[in-house]
Amino acid sequence: MFEELLENKRGWLNAEGPHSDIVISTRIRVARNIQNYPFPWKASLSYKEEIISKVREATTKIDAMRQASFIKMGTLSSLDKQFLLERHLISQEHTRSQRGKALILSVSEDFSVMINEEDHLRLQVIFSGFDLQKAWSFINQLDDELSKYLCFSFSPEIGYLTACPTNLGTGLRASCMLHLPGLVLTKQIDKILELLAKLSFTTRGLFGEGTQALGNFFQVSNQATLGFSEEEIIDSLKGVVHQVREHELTARNSLLKKYRRTFEDSTWRSLGILRNCRLISTKEAFSHLSMLCIGVDLGIIKDISRSVINNLFVIIQPAHLQKLEGKVLKEEDRDYIRASVIREKLVRNKN
Amino acid sequence: MLCDICHKNIATVHLTEIMDDKIMEFHICQECARLKAEELKQHLSISEFLSNLTIQEDLDKKLKDIRCSFCGITFYDFKKKGRLGCANCYFTFKDQLFPIIKKVHSTTQHKGKFPPTVKEEIIVDKKLAILRERLKKAIQIEAYEEAAMIRDQIKELKKKEKSENV
Repeated sequence: MFEELLENKRGWLNAEGPHSDIVISTRIRVARNIQNYPFPWKASLSYKEEIISKVREATTKIDAMRQASFIKMGTLSSLDKQFLLERHLISQEHTRSQRGKALILSVSEDFSVMINEEDHLRLQVIFSGFDLQKAWSFINQLDDELSKYLCFSFSPEIGYLTACPTNLGTGLRASCMLHLPGLVLTKQIDKILELLAKLSFTTRGLFGEGTQALGNFFQVSNQATLGFSEEEIIDSLKGVVHQVREHELTARNSLLKKYRRTFEDSTWRSLGILRNCRLISTKEAFSHLSMLCIGVDLGIIKDISRSVINNLFVIIQPAHLQKLEGKVLKEEDRDYIRASVIREKLVRNKN
Repeated sequence: MLCDICHKNIATVHLTEIMDDKIMEFHICQECARLKAEELKQHLSISEFLSNLTIQEDLDKKLKDIRCSFCGITFYDFKKKGRLGCANCYFTFKDQLFPIIKKVHSTTQHKGKFPPTVKEEIIVDKKLAILRERLKKAIQIEAYEEAAMIRDQIKELKKKEKSENV
């Protein structure tokens, strides 16, 4: 399965979909729990096993889910788990070694179901570009189908019942991954983040809670899950993401207008480093790839496609490099392999 | 003698009160007396202030005693862990939990989807409850046009419910 994932260029990072220059991906997850079982942290191993088999059985009855792979987390190495985390298919919490956890994963990476994470089910869909509506109708459909075979804990008054009250109600967390180098370079990002927080949106780095904004990526998601319909949550997120995107475009234009030469110089230098480096860390590579993205978006660099760059953002991460090489690598070896993978992918067009 | 409040410093402020024909003595340190001076002013008497403290202690003890009949956790366990033990906890700890939910989400009313398996009449009841709440708010702020619209929606929903039940 991991080989298939490594080859997969059709997933959420293919740079397709609306506004995918700035909105890299759209993700929605819902939290659900099955009636008459304690929540995972309180459930015994045998209860957790029962939950896993119930969910697994349900998915085999659903057309859209039947083909998905079923994986027990306990059977994966820490490298495998890290690999899935780097692809945003599981959460940090799900990588922590604990028995009684499982994962259902579509090979196209459209959806995944984490079983016995914080809640019994964390159903997630992820698409390339800015398409909250598509993501919502897909996950809503999967949730409806699952509801036919699984009795979810629900109260008409307070909605879907979750282990943490912060997810109560809709259990829905919708998020967009934004690439905002323009706002970072023009130093407007802090203001934007502050504003988003005031409007009750959460902003996090590339890998969710507690991760810094590596490569100028920011994940924006809704905070409140109760008191709004799913459509209302999605519409309001759509509204703010749209606005942030507009600000990013304005920032990029003003950079070009005021500092065209310096700006062009920076993007070409980044490409120069990426095409010639022999040792490079993830952090450094991310920052140059980010410059390369904006250079391609603004038409400064023409012979590289965004899908190649998006793919690089994923495959140069530590677990991906080790999977590519088929062995465990030390940090210095990883820096070496990373540089050669980047050089190979960014090779000059010979025409 | 140690302070009755912080149990650390030497008590230097001594108060005597008669409460229910009993003589009550309180010994408080300078620091606690200073910190609590404002609060004390707002209370009718020192005894009321201190009995509030004991009520709080009783309440805390009670919270430690109430256990969820399904998963067995107490409200204290929830506070420590940040997670509830099961769905039933929401109802066991309703009195303590709902104010927290209100603080986090500014409401305690679900407005999102219902599982498709939930009966239509329950969904209609829920919709009616939401509309009635909106009607109340509209009347409060004298938005009569909106109120009339909501009233019509309620009528419509009730009519639909009746015709489906026939």
